Amino acid sequence: MMKQLPYIIGVLLIAVPFVAPQYPLHLIIMILIWSLVYTAWSLMGRFGLVSLGHGAFMSIGAYVTALLWNYGGISPWIGIPAAMITAAIMAFLVAYPCFQFKIVGHYFALVTLALSEVVKLVIIACRDTTGGSLGFTPERHGEGTSIVAIQFADKEVFYFVVLIAWGIGLLIWRAVDRSMMRFALDSISEDEDASAAAGVHVTASKLKITMLSAVLTALGGALYCQYQMFIGPEVIGGIGISLQIVFAVVVGGLYTMMGPTIGAIITLLMTEVFRNLITSLRTQGIDLAGLDTTVYGLMLILFIIFLPKGILGEAIDRLAGGKKRDTG
Amino acid sequence: MDEIFDIFLLEALINGILFGGVLALLSLGLNLIFGVVDVVWICYAELVMFGMYTMYWLAGVYDVPILLAAVAAIGLVAILGLLVHVLIIAPILGSPPINQLLATGGLLFFLQSAATLMFSIEFRNLGLRLPILEFNEMYFSYARLLAFGVALVGMAAVYLFLTRTYIGAAIRAISQDREVMVLMGVDSKKVYWVTALVGGGLAGLAACLLVLQYDVHPFVGISFGPITFIICVLGGLGNMIGGFVAAFILSIIISVGGLYSEMEWGYVLAFVFFIVMMFIRPQGLLGKK
Repeated sequence: MMKQLPYIIGVLLIAVPFVAPQYPLHLIIMILIWSLVYTAWSLMGRFGLVSLGHGAFMSIGAYVTALLWNYGGISPWIGIPAAMITAAIMAFLVAYPCFQFKIVGHYFALVTLALSEVVKLVIIACRDTTGGSLGFTPERHGEGTSIVAIQFADKEVFYFVVLIAWGIGLLIWRAVDRSMMRFALDSISEDEDASAAAGVHVTASKLKITMLSAVLTALGGALYCQYQMFIGPEVIGGIGISLQIVFAVVVGGLYTMMGPTIGAIITLLMTEVFRNLITSLRTQGIDLAGLDTTVYGLMLILFIIFLPKGILGEAIDRLAGGKKRDTG
Repeated sequence: MDEIFDIFLLEALINGILFGGVLALLSLGLNLIFGVVDVVWICYAELVMFGMYTMYWLAGVYDVPILLAAVAAIGLVAILGLLVHVLIIAPILGSPPINQLLATGGLLFFLQSAATLMFSIEFRNLGLRLPILEFNEMYFSYARLLAFGVALVGMAAVYLFLTRTYIGAAIRAISQDREVMVLMGVDSKKVYWVTALVGGGLAGLAACLLVLQYDVHPFVGISFGPITFIICVLGGLGNMIGGFVAAFILSIIISVGGLYSEMEWGYVLAFVFFIVMMFIRPQGLLGKK
């Protein structure tokens, strides 16, 4: 049964757009896009490289693609790779000196947090081009469906686009998990000096995984933009989104392949349920705006205290008979 | 033409220094906590937000005398700080520091949205407008001058507390060596509690000063939270003097940088300056190698 499970899920995933109504389909697409971003973050997060700057990479992915399209008429087929390269360069510029000077732990988290603020503020400050805090809308191409513009009026088509992107994200996660680099990074996260002495290229290994993570996050940002056709500096960037990325992964599970996806499913469904609840209560005159994030915040605190491995991580440990339990 | 230009520059410079006072106060609180407990409270600016709301409700709505309201706000935020430590940090003291940082990040979401839930996203202010001081064609608000003065006094008080009292000495000692001090018979739990109280109190004091100048809303913390972390890291996390110097450098960059175009560029300049400085002096401005 466990062996066939991936195939069953695969068939179900392909069948989804043919059976699901529009609203659940929209939710699934959002879950897949965010899962890609969360998986990208967990690529480096699982090795103790806690970045609070992934909002920056997501914004870069979305804004570079959209700005090239609106102002240069450059197709996202070129714009998305360009955005991914921009994110890689940005990651390199910030991460290389960080790793060279051994900026780790708190310091790394706060430097990357500064990065996400810089990108957000630059977007707001360049309001004549980017629309500032009010957000930005990529121009529709004709009827709304265009292969060149990667715009699809039908959600069904877009579903397959993001499904493939998500699948690629998971494959990359697995490739990293099975590579020699994983052992190198694991040992680096334990003790940098000792692994350097053992012949591990500390800076190069950390840099590779960071750039890979940034590139995938930018892809997620670009897909978000192509799908929602609206982006804003706070919608896909800044400290809020950067923290949201970290939290969803923590909730789902940091050390397993499907953990970030589970995190996306749980957090997005929860947000939706609360949003509907708040909307229905508002029609009865009860204003509970903020209830969703209140519960969300509380849940995250409890998760970090009681379930630091996340839901999936904990479940796998339990199933394995608690053999591999360790503190972490 | 030149003269007017210089006056604007001087005005921005002085306003920058005045703004730096409150930032220095905030970074002192954060540094104090980091130095002792080894945790960065990502939600620190949200504690300030609660202090600002306390001031708004007490002084603005219920007409409590403003000084009394300030004392209440400082006390309340100090207690909130203690709760943060006891309820969130203490249970996970043994896990990796980054988990503690993330737990306070969860609290950031919680406090922001709890404020939204309770007070709605409306912008509120005390309705108190302090006069503007005119000096040589330059304009400074009394609120800023007052904030600057009180912040300096507050920092001096903390300095005296750390150097002249027994518990202050214990705080300094424990921030130098956490393990050995426990062996020396320092009650680390008590030191943690006092630190959290003082750290919260400083956030409360900053709230009293900020509410005179800015409107309060649930997301007000975002406007000075990130800059406070940056100041602490630039000064060297846990290094209080470094944080003090860094606060003024960054506030001047923001104020003068914002002079030539939009305010955001001042912040962008400050953040870029910070990232560049991290590469030149990763241990912080005054940190030791």
